[in-house]
Amino acid sequence: MNGPEGFAAHDGRDGAREPRIPPPRASVEDSGLPLPDFTDPGKPDPVPLELSHDVLKSLLGAWALAACSAAETAAVEEHLGDCGACADEARRLREAVGLLQRPESLDLDPALRTRVLESCLKRRPPRIPVPEWAAPYDAETARLDALLQDFGDAEWHAPVRLRWFEADEATSRRTTVAGVIAHLLSVDGLVAVALGLDDPLTEAAGGEPAAVGPAARTDAFWRTSHFPPTRSVRAPWREQSHRLLRTVSFTGGGTGGLMVPYGDFGLPLHDAMLDRSFECWVHAEDIAEAVDYPYEAPAPRHLHRMIDLAARMLPVALAERRRAGLSGAGRPPRLVQAGEPGRSLRLEIEGAAGGEWLIPLDSPGARGSADLEVAHVALDGVEFCRLAAGHVPPEEAAAGQVGDREAIRDVLFAAAGLSRM
Amino acid sequence: MTQKDAPPRWDRRMQQRLARGEAAALGELYDRFASLVHSLAHRVLGDERAADGVTREVFAHVWEHPDSYDPKQGPMRSWVAQVTHRLAVQRLRATESAALSPGGSGSAEELRSVEGKVRRASVAARADYIVHSMPAPLRAALELAYFQRRDYRQAAADLGVTEDEARRRLRLGLQLLSTAHDAGTPRGHGGAV
Repeated sequence: MNGPEGFAAHDGRDGAREPRIPPPRASVEDSGLPLPDFTDPGKPDPVPLELSHDVLKSLLGAWALAACSAAETAAVEEHLGDCGACADEARRLREAVGLLQRPESLDLDPALRTRVLESCLKRRPPRIPVPEWAAPYDAETARLDALLQDFGDAEWHAPVRLRWFEADEATSRRTTVAGVIAHLLSVDGLVAVALGLDDPLTEAAGGEPAAVGPAARTDAFWRTSHFPPTRSVRAPWREQSHRLLRTVSFTGGGTGGLMVPYGDFGLPLHDAMLDRSFECWVHAEDIAEAVDYPYEAPAPRHLHRMIDLAARMLPVALAERRRAGLSGAGRPPRLVQAGEPGRSLRLEIEGAAGGEWLIPLDSPGARGSADLEVAHVALDGVEFCRLAAGHVPPEEAAAGQVGDREAIRDVLFAAAGLSRM
Repeated sequence: MTQKDAPPRWDRRMQQRLARGEAAALGELYDRFASLVHSLAHRVLGDERAADGVTREVFAHVWEHPDSYDPKQGPMRSWVAQVTHRLAVQRLRATESAALSPGGSGSAEELRSVEGKVRRASVAARADYIVHSMPAPLRAALELAYFQRRDYRQAAADLGVTEDEARRRLRLGLQLLSTAHDAGTPRGHGGAV
């Protein structure tokens, strides 16, 4: 076996940029002796082995990499003095070793993607653009995929806790990083199915009757696929996300009315794609947290759309809370005609992604009204999204609040209730 | 670095989609090749911002001229690497020359040193690409012997192959790598990087 001293002779591996050209072979050929570097002065020279030309030739690569035994090294070097062809090859291979460099593991700046694509599209406007409402999904799936890029087995199997709110209670499920990607693949599949694409669940489950709704689909996937999910789930997830983007680019504006069924409710395609971008970001954060990587919030213009979707879903969520008997007791909702102004809460979202929304409190059909404003809540954009993701309990959401406390409590709990597995 | 070689069908399809101006295709192209493009550009230029700039130029070139790719000449990955190499070397030569005497034209010696630098950067980037695109078994053997300092017997055991096979892989891998020094006419796109 070659000791560490054998590497000193041509150690080009310490990150030096210049290829190390090995010392000329002439010195060996002149003397007929092995390079002194290869022998430890404290030990007797190894006795050269008797090896055939073919074997010696086959050792040249290992020799150049200092990856053979001391005896073999000595035998090769003695041979190089006699065999011009092998000496030429040996020199060439030695030089090649100098070209081996650690792959540069510079993380690509995720923001570069947006800059590069924008500059391309400016130079040649696309005939088939990615629709505006699908841009957040494009960006978020690309960011998550970049995060997964260098994950090893330890990261893929790192434990992750999925958290959400159900009936005003914090709920959670344990899975792994790979399990989260399987979850995204299963639920994105709802959009795929609505668009007439293959259902990833059918492929994983081998034709099990289709489960409905995000949680049931995820369970079905986890149960029927090779368990536990491994890194192999990344490619199908990524391919499906590319396929979705491609398909919605072609179907363009014509499918705005297409409903994506989520089981107990449905979302128009545009909103479903926004919802999926939101989930992708939220779970990317779960993953990043599990493996202790930093992860940024979405671009403000994308975050704004996600917040807008949540704000638009709040009136229905409030009505559901009333039906389920979860709303503040005591005050019956006032009846409001559809389209008429109703009591409203002003939701003010701070930051670059922010804005203001008037949330009608008494009926999803009512119109938000500044004149009938009964409460005002101010929240940071990312904080609001964490609330809507069920990652921050409504009682702890750092919100500035003025006005009707029941209304505020209802809206904050309704926001948390938008979350699901 | 672990991405499998794309089937030629993917390459042709991608070319058609780019040609008809599908923005989603450009995004997929970026997702597949950006890390290759950026790392090659960085190897040549040794500078993050310059590598970002070349990355932008490469994708703009591919987006604006998808028809200049010829699938018969080899995989799209090689072609993209070739375009990257060309644009990165161009930029390196331009910045190095600009750094010469303020008058604009450097001495013969200065120009030679620029060319030397350009050549070394070219070889280094070519070597990277060769390692990146060589068959995985060869790359794995080199990785063990070089970065993990395993001898060929240990490498054979790690890889579950015979010692003969381990020696063969190390030699073949280095032979491939040594072609990085050949600046001659390439075989198709593959050697042209």
